[in-house]
Amino acid sequence: MKFSAKAGVSALAISLAAGAAAQAADVEVLHWWTAGGEAAALNVLKENLEAQGIGWQDMPVAGGGGEAAMTALRARVTAGDPPTAVQMLGFDILDWANQGEVLANLNDVAAEENWDEVIPAAIQKFSKPGENWIAAPVNVHSTNWVWANKPMLDELGIAEPTTWDEFIAALQKAKDAGKVALAHGGQPWQDATMFDSAVLATGGAEFYQKAMIDLDPEALGGKQMVQAFDKMSQLREFVDDNFSGRDWNLASAMVINDEAAFQIMGDWAKGEFINAGKVPGTDFLCFRVPGTGDFVTFNSDQFVMFQQSDEEATAAQNAMASAIESPEFQIAFNKVKGSVPARTDVSGDELDDCAKKGMEQLAAASESGNLLGSMAHGHANPAAVKNAMYDVITAHFNGEYDSQTAAEEMVNAVEAAQ
Amino acid sequence: MASVDHAEGPDLRSRLQDWLPRLVLSPSIAAVMIFVYGFIVFTIYLSFTDSKMLPSYGLVGFDNYATLFGLSAWHTALVNLAIFASLYIVICMAIGLTLAIFLDQKIRGEGVLRPIYLYPMALSFIVTGTAWKWFLDPGIGLEHTMHLWGWESFKFGWIKDRDFAIYTLVLAAVWQSSGFVMAMFLAGLRGIDNEMLKAAQIDGASNWQLYRRIVIPLLRPAFMSAFVILAHLAIKSYDLVIALTGGGPGRATELPATFMYSYTFTRNQMGVGAASAVIMLMGVAAVMVPYIYAELREKS
Amino acid sequence: MAIATQDTAVRTGRITRTFIYVVLIFFALFYLLPFFIMVINSVKPLSEITSGNMLALPQDPTFAPWASAWSTAQIGVEATGLKPYFLNSILMVVPAVAISTALGALNGYILTKWRFRGDTILFGLMLFSCFIPFQIVLIPMARILGELGLSGSLPGLILVHVVYGIGFSTLYFRNYYAAFPTELVKSAMIDGAGFFRIFWRIMLPVSGPIAVVCIIWQFTNIWNDFLFGVSFAGLSAQPMTVALNNLVQSSTGVKEYNVHFAGAILAALPTLFVYIVAGRYFVRGLMAGSVKG
Repeated sequence: MKFSAKAGVSALAISLAAGAAAQAADVEVLHWWTAGGEAAALNVLKENLEAQGIGWQDMPVAGGGGEAAMTALRARVTAGDPPTAVQMLGFDILDWANQGEVLANLNDVAAEENWDEVIPAAIQKFSKPGENWIAAPVNVHSTNWVWANKPMLDELGIAEPTTWDEFIAALQKAKDAGKVALAHGGQPWQDATMFDSAVLATGGAEFYQKAMIDLDPEALGGKQMVQAFDKMSQLREFVDDNFSGRDWNLASAMVINDEAAFQIMGDWAKGEFINAGKVPGTDFLCFRVPGTGDFVTFNSDQFVMFQQSDEEATAAQNAMASAIESPEFQIAFNKVKGSVPARTDVSGDELDDCAKKGMEQLAAASESGNLLGSMAHGHANPAAVKNAMYDVITAHFNGEYDSQTAAEEMVNAVEAAQ
Repeated sequence: MASVDHAEGPDLRSRLQDWLPRLVLSPSIAAVMIFVYGFIVFTIYLSFTDSKMLPSYGLVGFDNYATLFGLSAWHTALVNLAIFASLYIVICMAIGLTLAIFLDQKIRGEGVLRPIYLYPMALSFIVTGTAWKWFLDPGIGLEHTMHLWGWESFKFGWIKDRDFAIYTLVLAAVWQSSGFVMAMFLAGLRGIDNEMLKAAQIDGASNWQLYRRIVIPLLRPAFMSAFVILAHLAIKSYDLVIALTGGGPGRATELPATFMYSYTFTRNQMGVGAASAVIMLMGVAAVMVPYIYAELREKS
Repeated sequence: MAIATQDTAVRTGRITRTFIYVVLIFFALFYLLPFFIMVINSVKPLSEITSGNMLALPQDPTFAPWASAWSTAQIGVEATGLKPYFLNSILMVVPAVAISTALGALNGYILTKWRFRGDTILFGLMLFSCFIPFQIVLIPMARILGELGLSGSLPGLILVHVVYGIGFSTLYFRNYYAAFPTELVKSAMIDGAGFFRIFWRIMLPVSGPIAVVCIIWQFTNIWNDFLFGVSFAGLSAQPMTVALNNLVQSSTGVKEYNVHFAGAILAALPTLFVYIVAGRYFVRGLMAGSVKG
C-alpha cells in the first residue's frame, strides 16, 4: 500500500500543521473518543493526515454512545455547517443516509482500494446502504464475550463452560462459594448487551434475525422470546445487590479484583484487564457467551463523511477515508481499542490472544452469515426501537415484568416506536 | 405616555427622550420574542408534525400527543416531577429559613459558615455528580463506610431502589440549593427593622411567637423570590438526573426534562419530544403565570 | 457582616445556643461532604481508589492527578489537559456576563423609571422566559445562528448566553431599582438630564450590590453550562465543561477517577473563587433589593 511509507514518517510532521491551518483544506472531525488510550490511538490518524498536509480540526464530544455528539451534530447540520467526518454507530448512519443529500460519496476511494472485497458484508450494510459508500468503518467490536477470572475458576474447579446450562451451573458454583457470580452494571445498555446473547442462545441466528432485526411481532411476542427473558431472569439471580447504575468498568474491576467470577461485556472490557496488568489466558479468560459460540454480535464504529462544498475539502475528506482503511491505522487503533480491524485482510499478528481469537471468529461468522448487528449497540434496529426495547428489558431485569408480560410489552413497545 | 411629565412642550428633544427608553429596551424585547416565544411557537408546530431526527413538516394532528400519553415513562416523569419539585422546594425553604435564622443570632464564625453553605450552588452536577453517586452507592459509599466502622446493620440503598431513588435526587438537589435560599432569607432578615422586634419583645412575646407572628410574615418577598428560583431549577433539573441515576433504576427517576431530551435527541422521535415540551410548558405556565400576574399587579 | 445591629438576634439561653451551633455545624459538614470526597480522592493513586474505601484518607498522597488533569490528560486527540479550555471559557463568560448584566441594568432602569403603557406585560413576558427548557431551543437556535453566519463561533455562543440571561438580569435590576426613589430621577429630569445621563450619574453609582448578585448568578450559570457549549461552540472554542465532560465520560476507556476529580475541582475553581470572594457582598446585595418587593 502506498500509505505505509507515509504513515511511517508521519510522526515528524505533527507540530507543523498547528500554525499553518489554511494552506491545505482541513478536516473537521466530530467524535467521542475523547480520553485515554482511544484518543491517543486516534492521534495516529491525525498524524497520518498531517503528513499529507491536511490539518485536523478536532471536535471531541464525549458521553454515552455518542449521544451528546449526535446532538451537537444536529446543531451543526441544521446550521448548514456540517463537519467533514463524524464518528457514528449503526442505525444512526442509516438515519442520516435517509436525510437526502447531506452525506458524501466515497465510491472512488472505495473502488480504488477494493473496499467491496475486504470489508464484511454485514458491515457494508451500514457503510454502503445504497449504491454509495458513505462511511469508512474503523473497527468491529463484538459484544457477546464473557470475561472470567481464571484463578478463581481454577480454585473453584470450574471449567470453561460451553453451553448455556454449563454456564448457569458455573455461575451457581461461584455463587455457592460466596463470590459475586456475575459482575454486572444495571444500566439499560448493559442489560441489553446481555439480552442480545440471551436471544441468540435461545433461538440462534434465525430467531435473532426475525425478532431483533426484522421486528416480526410473532417472534417478538412468541414462546422463544419468553424463554430469552427467562434466561435473563436466570442471570438476574447471579448479580449482586448493588448492580443498579454501576458503570461497566467498575463491574470489570470486580472480576479483576477477585470479587466476581464472570462478566458479560463487549471486547472493550479487555482494556481494563490489560491495564491492570492481567494477561489473557493466565489471569483472565475470554470466551463467547456459552450458547452463542458460533455467532458474533457486533458493533462497528465508522466515520461518516458529510458532503463538503468545495473540491479541496472533498479531496481532504477522501484522503482521510483512505487513511482510515490503511492497515497501519487499522492495527494501531484496534490494538488500543480492544476491537478488531474492520478489514478482514489485515494480519492480526500484533494483537493479543483474545483479539486473534476474535478475528478468526469474526471471519468465520462473516462467511457463514452468523455475523449479526448488536441490538444493544444500535446495529439491529433504529434508535427509537432500540430504546423501546431497552425500556422493556430493563423493566424486566429490575423485576417490573415477568417474562410473559415482558414478551407482550416487547411487541407493544416496538409497535409504538415505529 | 411616559409617567414623567414634561414641563416644556413636545419639542424634538423631549420627544426623543420619550422614545429613547423604548428604543433601548427593544433589542431585549425582540430577542425574547424571537428566541423564546418564537421558539415556543415553533415547538408547538413541531409537536403536530412527523419529525423524527430533524424537523420535518408533514402534519399528523394529535398523534404525537396520543403516543406521549400512551407511554408509561411519561406518567412516571410527571409523577416524579411532582414529588421532586414539591419536596425540593419545601425542604430547601425549611432548611434555608432555619439556617438563616440561626446564622442571624450573632454567631461566631459566620464568615466561615456562610461561604460553606453557599458554595454548592457554584458547582454543576457535571462536577459533583460522581462524588454523589459514590457516596450514595451502598457498595462503596456511606453504607459501606458505616459497615467498615462497625455499624453492620446500617442500610442506605435508596439509589438502587426503584421506589426511593427519586428521594436521592431530592437530597442532592437540596444540598445544592438550600444554602442559596439561606442567603436570600438571611438578606431578608437583615432587612427587617430591629425596633419593631424590640418593641414586641418588650411586650413579652416569646421567641417562637416573635418569629412566627412578625418575622416570617415580613419575609414574604424573600419567600417569593426563593420560590421562583427553586421552581425554575426544579423544572430544568437535567444534569442532576443524568449524573446521579441516568434515569434509573429502570426508568424510575425519569423527569420531564430528561424525557424530552431523550425523545428529541437520542430516540429520534422529535415530534413526541416536542409534544412533551409543550405539555411541560403548559404546566410551567399554569404555575408561574398566576404568580407573575399577582406579583406584578401588586407592584403597579 | 459588620452591621451587627441589623441582626434579628433574640435573647437565647445556653442550651439553645449550643443547639444552634450543633445544627449549623452539622449542615456545614453536610455541605462539605461531596467536596471532601472529591479532594481526598483526587490525591490518591488510582489503585488506592479502585481497591479501597472512598472515604478513607489517602495513604500515599500524590499530586500527579492534578498535573495530569491540568496539562497532560488526553482530551480529544490532543493530550493538552484542561488548560487551553480554561481560556475558552473565560473568553466566553466575560463578555456574556458583561453584556447580559448591562442589558439587565438598562432594562430594569427603563421598566421602573421610564414607564410606559404595557411595560408590565413586557416584563412579565421576560420573566416567564426564564422558565423555557433549554432543550427545545437547540434546533431552531442552530438554524438562526447558521443564517446569521455565527454557527460554531464564539460570538454565536455569547449571543445565546446573553439572550437566555436577559430574563434573570432584568428581574434582579428591576426589583432593585423599584426601591430606588423615583423623585430623584424626576428632579434630575427637570434639571435637564437625559436618559443616559441619569442612568450613568444616578442609577449606576448605587447599583453595586445588585450588580454583584447578578454577576454571580450569570457567571455561575454560564460557566457551568454544558448544553449550549456542546451544541454551539466552535472547534477551537469548546468551554471547560465540555472538556471536563470529555475527560470524565470516555466511553470505553479506563476511568482514572483521581484525574477526573482533580479536573472537576479545577473546572469549578473560578466559580468557587467568585462565590468565596464576592460571597460576602452577595448577602448584602440580596438584602439591598432583590428579595424585597
